[in-house]
Amino acid sequence: MKLITAIVKPFKVDDVKAAMKDAGVAGMTVTQVQGFGRQGGHTEVYRGAEYTVDFVPKVSLEAVVDDDDVERITDVIVEAARTGKIGDGKVWVTDVDRLVRIRTGEMGADAV
Amino acid sequence: MELDTGAAAWVLASSALVLFMTPGLALFYGGMTRSKNVLSMLMMNFYCMGIVPLIWALVAFSLAFGAVGNGGLIGDFDFVGFRDVGVGLPPGYEWLTIPFILFAAFQLTFAVITPALMSGAVADRMKFTAWALFVPIWLVLVYTPVAHWVFGGGWLAERGALDFAGGAVVHINAGAGALALVLILGPRRGWPREAMPPHSLPLTLLGTGILWFGWFGFNAGSALAADGVAASAFMNTFLAASAGMIAWIGVETWKAGTPTTLGAASGAVAGLVAITPCAGFVGGMDPIIIGFLAGVACFFAIEMKFKLGYDDSLDVVGIHLVGGLVGSVLLGLFADLDVNPAGADGLFYGGGWSLLGEQILAAVVVLAFSFGVTWVIVKVLDTTIGIRSTEEDERQGLDLTQHAEAAYNLADYT
Repeated sequence: MKLITAIVKPFKVDDVKAAMKDAGVAGMTVTQVQGFGRQGGHTEVYRGAEYTVDFVPKVSLEAVVDDDDVERITDVIVEAARTGKIGDGKVWVTDVDRLVRIRTGEMGADAV
Repeated sequence: MELDTGAAAWVLASSALVLFMTPGLALFYGGMTRSKNVLSMLMMNFYCMGIVPLIWALVAFSLAFGAVGNGGLIGDFDFVGFRDVGVGLPPGYEWLTIPFILFAAFQLTFAVITPALMSGAVADRMKFTAWALFVPIWLVLVYTPVAHWVFGGGWLAERGALDFAGGAVVHINAGAGALALVLILGPRRGWPREAMPPHSLPLTLLGTGILWFGWFGFNAGSALAADGVAASAFMNTFLAASAGMIAWIGVETWKAGTPTTLGAASGAVAGLVAITPCAGFVGGMDPIIIGFLAGVACFFAIEMKFKLGYDDSLDVVGIHLVGGLVGSVLLGLFADLDVNPAGADGLFYGGGWSLLGEQILAAVVVLAFSFGVTWVIVKVLDTTIGIRSTEEDERQGLDLTQHAEAAYNLADYT
């Protein structure tokens, strides 16, 4: 099993979610996050005083998937989240050692 | 004079309108603080609605409005504990057409908001206990004499200075006091290096709307009658607020490229402040000029704090002191006896220089008196109980450390 983490632009969340569901992802966790990459921050002005805001709002989506599905679903996410402009975000994949469905006690791939 | 039920009805309604400005001000300021300090800001304002009426009834009303028309420095103790403050009119007030106790109530609402105005300057760092003591002391030592000089027939009024609804008594007074406060209090830790952006501009805009609404009571109610002067004051208030808003967002678009909601709110308030002394004395297109000039002047005035290095956090000096000065001085140019026979003619209406001179004198005197006495009060409080919260409290936020509450418990687990 693998954990896919995708950091995407907030307005792309619905598209990415729909694409992941269509690709067979059964569940996911979404978090509002802030950070910066190459896009950097932005400037806000209050009564003439300029502030540089380093952290840009993004959304993080996480889903655990079978090893066989990782490549396909990663591609689906990248395609759905891409605008081609700076700040589109990143997707990464990490190993998951152990997975349990709390209600039934199912383990591993059965719990995905 | 005879009781006029129309006048009484309008002043009753106006008193409620003006009282509503204080929670409006609380939201206007509260939106501009960081989220860890919003309750502290609301509390500083609401506290004024709690403590000021009590001090007013006990002693402050008497000091401000006793010995009316004596041309002097302060009132007397005739109305202490609201003695003789009832429906009938005491000597010196026979000209009123409303119950005397209603006059005391209307004036009370001004006394509530004036110290509250200063809370914006000390945002995010003043100890609540210090504020709790400062407000009643300031009310008695600063507000009551100034109100007596101008509203109570004291020496400035006798010389001929005009102030329809409190350009000097409320705005210059609070603005100068705010400056003394922040000079002793010092800047917020991290200012101006750290960003301290407003946490909720929708609150600020809602507060602005409430202020604008209540200001009709503030200015048109100050006619103390439901008549033509009240109606003129109403329209002048409207036009000046609009002109102030358009001026501010115009200048900031020209200077910074973007019209902002905070700019729109600030400009409207600047226009409202400036028209306050003028409201029942000017007419025609003059309120538009007054509001417009206030919007431009206050926009540039708020840059002063960065150049001079004092942290007037929410720009009480830049908007209330400067807007009050702009309005009080411009009244010397634009006052028109055709609008209000109880007023005077300014320079532009054939009245010569005398009114302008009195306006400048009154503005400077109120500024200097308020700054000086406030300075002494704050120094004494600072050396005795201390006025500044600890660094840890300031970092953690005043909501939690001064009031043991949080404004936004958005997650329902703890």
